Amino acid sequence: MANMRMDKNPMPEQEPLVRNKNFDEVALGYTEEMAIDEAKRCLHCLRPACVSGCPVNVHIPEFIAKVAEGDFDGAYEVITATNSLPAICGRVCPQENQCEGKCVRGIKGESVGIGRLERFVADYHMQHGHKDGAPAVPESNGHKVAVIGSGPAGLTCAGDLARKGYEVTVYEAFHKAGGVLVYGIPEFRLPKAIVAREIDKLAHFGVKIVTDAVIGRAESIDELFEEGYEAVFVGSGAGLPQFLHIPGENMLGVFSANEILTRSNLMKAYLPEYDTPIKLGKRVAIVGGGNVAMDAARTAKRLGADEVYIIYRRSMEELPARKEEVHHAQAEEIIFKLLNNPVEIVGDENDHVTGIKVIKMELGEPDASGRRRPVEVPGSEYVIDVDSVIIAIGTSPNPLILSTTPGLEATKKGGIVADEATGATSRTGVFAGGDAVTGAATVIKAMGAGKVAAAGIDQYIMGK
Amino acid sequence: MFKIISKRPLNEAKTVIEFVIEAPLVARKARPGQFIIFRLDEYGERVPVTIAASDPVKGTVTIMVQPVGQTTKMLALMEEGDCLADFVGPLGRPTNMEGLKRVCVVGGGVGNAIAYPVAKGMHDRGIEVDMVAGFRSKDIVILEEEMRAGVTNLYITTDDGSYGEAGFNVTKMKALLDAGNKYDEIMCVGPTRMMQRVCEATKEYGVKTIVSMNPIMLDGTGMCGACRLTVGGETKFACVDGPEFDGHLVDWDGIIKRSMFYAEEEKAAEAHICRITGGVREHG
Repeated sequence: MANMRMDKNPMPEQEPLVRNKNFDEVALGYTEEMAIDEAKRCLHCLRPACVSGCPVNVHIPEFIAKVAEGDFDGAYEVITATNSLPAICGRVCPQENQCEGKCVRGIKGESVGIGRLERFVADYHMQHGHKDGAPAVPESNGHKVAVIGSGPAGLTCAGDLARKGYEVTVYEAFHKAGGVLVYGIPEFRLPKAIVAREIDKLAHFGVKIVTDAVIGRAESIDELFEEGYEAVFVGSGAGLPQFLHIPGENMLGVFSANEILTRSNLMKAYLPEYDTPIKLGKRVAIVGGGNVAMDAARTAKRLGADEVYIIYRRSMEELPARKEEVHHAQAEEIIFKLLNNPVEIVGDENDHVTGIKVIKMELGEPDASGRRRPVEVPGSEYVIDVDSVIIAIGTSPNPLILSTTPGLEATKKGGIVADEATGATSRTGVFAGGDAVTGAATVIKAMGAGKVAAAGIDQYIMGK
Repeated sequence: MFKIISKRPLNEAKTVIEFVIEAPLVARKARPGQFIIFRLDEYGERVPVTIAASDPVKGTVTIMVQPVGQTTKMLALMEEGDCLADFVGPLGRPTNMEGLKRVCVVGGGVGNAIAYPVAKGMHDRGIEVDMVAGFRSKDIVILEEEMRAGVTNLYITTDDGSYGEAGFNVTKMKALLDAGNKYDEIMCVGPTRMMQRVCEATKEYGVKTIVSMNPIMLDGTGMCGACRLTVGGETKFACVDGPEFDGHLVDWDGIIKRSMFYAEEEKAAEAHICRITGGVREHG
């Protein structure tokens, strides 16, 4: 008998005013009892809409049925048949727009907590290990594939190919594998030990990871082919941070979100034993309204800022960040300055930031994106006193591969042109996916693209 | 891990130390003007250093480091056979040598360690290179033999007159220009103030001047924007658009202010090394 309670089992969390002073994970995860209870809310629809909402096609009702039975190992097998990184997806996917957004339970109440259940299953597996020992490693099929970038797209592509017996080598420019999962998403949302363990599992399937390797500089894609790789997947991610191009943007105390997050997450600047400095003031403004802006704001708070502002030119309704992240940020006392648009960053005689001048906005007619266009209210400028400004308005695709690989076609926005159904690019044997193709998007979309490309590469090599 | 193959001080005062590092992937493609990023160990910062030389056959890369900050001082305490955790590159754009026939390279202090490989690279390609290498005093002169062998004419200057010609490198460069020497380009590497002075001078002579910038960097691949500077009114990233730029277009005041941003942290870190560990980490 299904559990017909209207709302999800709430996620146990650290108290907001405790957690905004530490970097430990905010969400603590379901207990076994909570997981079983939540799993029983699934109605096992004949045509499960949730699955169609999942970019990596997790067989959701099947794994939930296993959880309801208390067969957590079985649930893990169902999930990992199509998703190589469940502990990560369970934490950072925007489920409300994907699987959970399509759940019929969401029509009259709250959807089933699919993401929370996925996380529970993955964490249970990490704690208890594989019940029959480590999974069998497929025999090599003798074909070599190179993957550029060890972010979600690259790791997914590598994992899928390795399970099919391909010899996969992943090249990572940084000193640590994981891409945005390690440099971008903060520890309090996605603990790095979890990322490391998911990557270790890929190593178990024979995936080799070479760090400190900047493909495009140290080696070109053509050279990778000469070394015997039969196909190359480019998952080099979004690279260049966008700035506002307003006066004062190069003053001291203005950072890109990438810089602050990389210092904190990858270089561990928040821990005293690490050498990399991080220097944020007591009053910090973040410009932007996406997940990265929320991450930057919550990081600033944890680093000791007294007042942290999110400055966004539209209203709460248009805020692109996940609702859950916005709620977390609000609970952690992040101050939202909505319908405010920065016009200038002001500073003292030494170019140290002292404030950000903004103009008030009001919503006009819908624009091309369907959202109501913000319009300036004349004469409404005022200065918010801050000593640091973090720009979190997006990134553009990393241009290095495009600029060093002849014959690779680019989109107007600087992405690599890739077939949505196969990941194939304009160069034979070169596939691409993730932010390198689309510009900044989500972890799960990048994983979906990595998965599509893995199938595309398999088809290409087997069809040769 | 990247092994230190050899280590030697480049002058009596030991203000600059040369390290040869085993890094085959970097060595294969490294070209003059490019840089690497190294990290000492798990706790270390990512620090950019210009590539001084590379040997694709041996798979080694040479860097020259002035121990001034916490990381470089700790590096200076490492010995042959020790390993660096990370050594990634080559990064940045190589020096543009297209169409050049005669160039004057002006180096200042440790900047000569960066200027020399570029000067030699140009000379190796048949470009006539006059090099003006300026130092504060005799005890910090580096690479004299190498420079003499690697360029067409070498002029050493010392501020205090203890070696070579007395005076600043800028003065000598001006003297060369005044004597009627014509250069397609002046290439300049050294302390920021010195590069600014050279650029102010060459502007008067109307000679194109390229400078090699070394701002604060984090990832070195264009991702963080920490190394941004204003060139000709536009924001550029030194790591991917540089590190070399047209010196007449660079906003020098902005660069000087930015370079001081972490000065206090750097000072505190240094005090910490001396007092507690003498440069050797307790952990890790």
